[in-house]
Amino acid sequence: MRLEPIANPSLARTILPPVIAIATTVVVASLLAMLAGANPFAVLGLILKGAFGSKFAVLETLNRATPLIFTGLSVAVAFRARLWNIGAEAQLYAGALITVVLGTGALPWGAGALLPTLVLAAMLAGAVVLLVPALLKVRFGVDEVVTTLLFNFIFLLFVSMLLEGPLKDPMGMGWPKSERLIAEARLPRMMEGLRLHWGFGLAIISAALVWVIQRRTTLGYEMRAVGLNRDAARFAGIAVNGVLIRTALLSGGLAALAGFSEVAGVKGSLTLDLSPGFGYTGIIVAMLALLNPLAVVAAALFVAGIFVGADSMSRAVGVPTYLADIMLATALLLMVLAILLTRFRVVRE
Amino acid sequence: MTGAEAAQVVLRLDRITKTFGKLVANDAVSLSLHRGEVIALLGENGAGKTTLMNILFGQYTADSGAVEVFGKALPPGNPRAALDAGVGMVHQHFTLADNMTVLENVALGTVPLWQPRLDPAAVRARITKLADDFRLAVDPEARVGTLTVGERQRVEILKALYREAKILILDEPTAVLTPQETDDLFATLRKAVALGLSIVFISHKLHEVMDISDRVVILRHGRLVAEMATRDTDRHALAAAMVGAEVNAPKVSPATPGAALLQLRDVSTPDQGNAPGLKRATLDLRAGQITGLAGVSGNGQAALADLIGGLTAPDAGQLDLDGVGLAQWSPRIAVQSGIARIPEDRHKTGTIADFTLTENAILESYHKPPMSRRGWMNWARAEAATQEIIERYDVRCPGPETRIRLLSGGNMQKLILGRVLEAAPRIILANQPVRGLDIGAVNYVHSQLLAARARGAAVLLISEDLDEIMALSDVIHVISEGRLSPEFARGSMTPAELGVWMAGHGFERDEVAHAS
Repeated sequence: MRLEPIANPSLARTILPPVIAIATTVVVASLLAMLAGANPFAVLGLILKGAFGSKFAVLETLNRATPLIFTGLSVAVAFRARLWNIGAEAQLYAGALITVVLGTGALPWGAGALLPTLVLAAMLAGAVVLLVPALLKVRFGVDEVVTTLLFNFIFLLFVSMLLEGPLKDPMGMGWPKSERLIAEARLPRMMEGLRLHWGFGLAIISAALVWVIQRRTTLGYEMRAVGLNRDAARFAGIAVNGVLIRTALLSGGLAALAGFSEVAGVKGSLTLDLSPGFGYTGIIVAMLALLNPLAVVAAALFVAGIFVGADSMSRAVGVPTYLADIMLATALLLMVLAILLTRFRVVRE
Repeated sequence: MTGAEAAQVVLRLDRITKTFGKLVANDAVSLSLHRGEVIALLGENGAGKTTLMNILFGQYTADSGAVEVFGKALPPGNPRAALDAGVGMVHQHFTLADNMTVLENVALGTVPLWQPRLDPAAVRARITKLADDFRLAVDPEARVGTLTVGERQRVEILKALYREAKILILDEPTAVLTPQETDDLFATLRKAVALGLSIVFISHKLHEVMDISDRVVILRHGRLVAEMATRDTDRHALAAAMVGAEVNAPKVSPATPGAALLQLRDVSTPDQGNAPGLKRATLDLRAGQITGLAGVSGNGQAALADLIGGLTAPDAGQLDLDGVGLAQWSPRIAVQSGIARIPEDRHKTGTIADFTLTENAILESYHKPPMSRRGWMNWARAEAATQEIIERYDVRCPGPETRIRLLSGGNMQKLILGRVLEAAPRIILANQPVRGLDIGAVNYVHSQLLAARARGAAVLLISEDLDEIMALSDVIHVISEGRLSPEFARGSMTPAELGVWMAGHGFERDEVAHAS
């Protein structure tokens, strides 16, 4: 057997594989639910209901999707230029860290000045965190997959050290936890009475801006050229290293916004369990979205919906929430396969 | 060969058909080869020559059809069976182990695995005898890694002969050879034919086909379109049969050269892996003149192209534009200085396969008005400009929004021509501009280069095809191991004389002359 590229895939070939991928994911989840002794239709129904079945559920899903949109955008931007940023987790914590450093009273300003400052500071912090591996890559050819991945662990330990030391909340009863943000540093709700903070709005605006950058600016054109064919880009006169550095700055900044939004919109302080792997899940989100920034929003909602739905399903019937992880893993693997099948056909020798 | 029809048929291909997806590589091709005969298999790139031979040699399995060697059917898809039946193949890309000696390479695969050591004396004796019989001068003890390309090819032929091949298939054997090495190869082939071997010679160089073959078989789009005795035809008829229409090469009138626009003075550049850098190269590119660069591939052509294209800067020596030295040098500066660059590899460096025609057309101009302003792209303007290129340069495509990977090589090259020529460049760097193109596209590219010359551009034409260089160039330099020969005026050198330089001779004397 071998793969043969398809020059001009038909509409059916473009749409069917992803649909089949999602359908197969549902089947696999059903089988597992049966294995756990539950009625698969009930389980799937509960997941759907838990994710989108009520106003509360939808808001919960939107809240959960917010950090995933940011990290998904971060990964999508970097991967588009073939900069393999696996370090969104570290950049997320960098954004969170700077938010609590500046937002717990160090800058005694009103919300109108403080919030934009925090946004910019968080983006800067995330950008710096990814700048180091990016410079190592363009200067010495160090593989960024290794450096960004390992830096996640280093940075988490660094945050842990700060939370046990200088940033520790003296009123925190000994827990490794920062002081709480002042009220002016908290993200307000998007509408009165709705449990949805402005981090979600910021995420949607970011997705739109990234799309505009990629499609309408010279920088976006350069990023796509560098990602698709580095040799041709260099030959044409594009400063490939400069583009990679700028991509790193944007990607790091976007991931950091996830940390800012979680601290300022949800938690109010920094703890080590701020992110249950939002940085890594961002890779899944970006891949499911085929690196398209607008599709990242949809993919983040899908992933967040499965997580939130599985939580609520698990409370109702005794199926473990691990089902959500398996569903996501299955969806990702099948989606990668589906992408392959939209571009190649399998030929039997 | 008047007795060819009467001679024994050693190989018969019967209605071979092979498809790759929608592409029909071979369409019911039938062919028979007689004892002591040389058949030239002629066709454009992509005509199906190599596919046909790979089926014969068992590397591909045909969809339908049969192969018969010495009257016996050959099992499909089995190279071993082809070898045992007496078919030997010399591929375009050699299949030798660099770290082993000639002797070991030849013996490789002929000795059973359970035999712990081979008997070098016996192998050497046979190699020496074969080398004498077939005029293949090689040292059996030399490591293959140290041999020249011509010598490696001889080892490949020795390998086939050592396995008692009666039928030799040579896939574009002269593409990597100097004219002298080609003559040596032909001498060997004539010797082999005299000793009763039969040869299939794949090529798209017409004069070689006329020179060596008894019969010519022409493939076009996978179909056998013509078969004729070589003595009954001529180059013109062969070219016409290859492309299916009478072809007229552009007429070249004498040039009226002007001032030197770009000058190299003793320029050296670093070696890039196996590819040599320039060694004290001196060159003038004058307005209204085509300068041809002849040479065997891998002798520093890439280094010169990279230098003029802005990808590398000189290590030593002087690079002058309009008589002024350059402080900074980059691809973008090169483009802004009015250098049009037609790259050697249009897939790898010339275009971005998954970009649209529009996105590819603006690769060198996207960063400034009118294509963009203050970092914002003007796609409407870009698409209009691309539409203009499509019309003016006759790029056959569904439209500017098509991904360029769907275009044929010729249309891709036309878009690149449009991209670089629309800026009315003063200097044109054309690196292998017609490689892999059909004759129609070749003539188009050549006429564009001549038109540029007529309006006063300085053109540097880099090609491994000496015929192309000699037909178009007003002056010729030869490059060998990064060294540039002096400038030769049109018509002052024969191909054989240039071949001497291509083989690396003449340069030493030149250096002595400089020193004295």
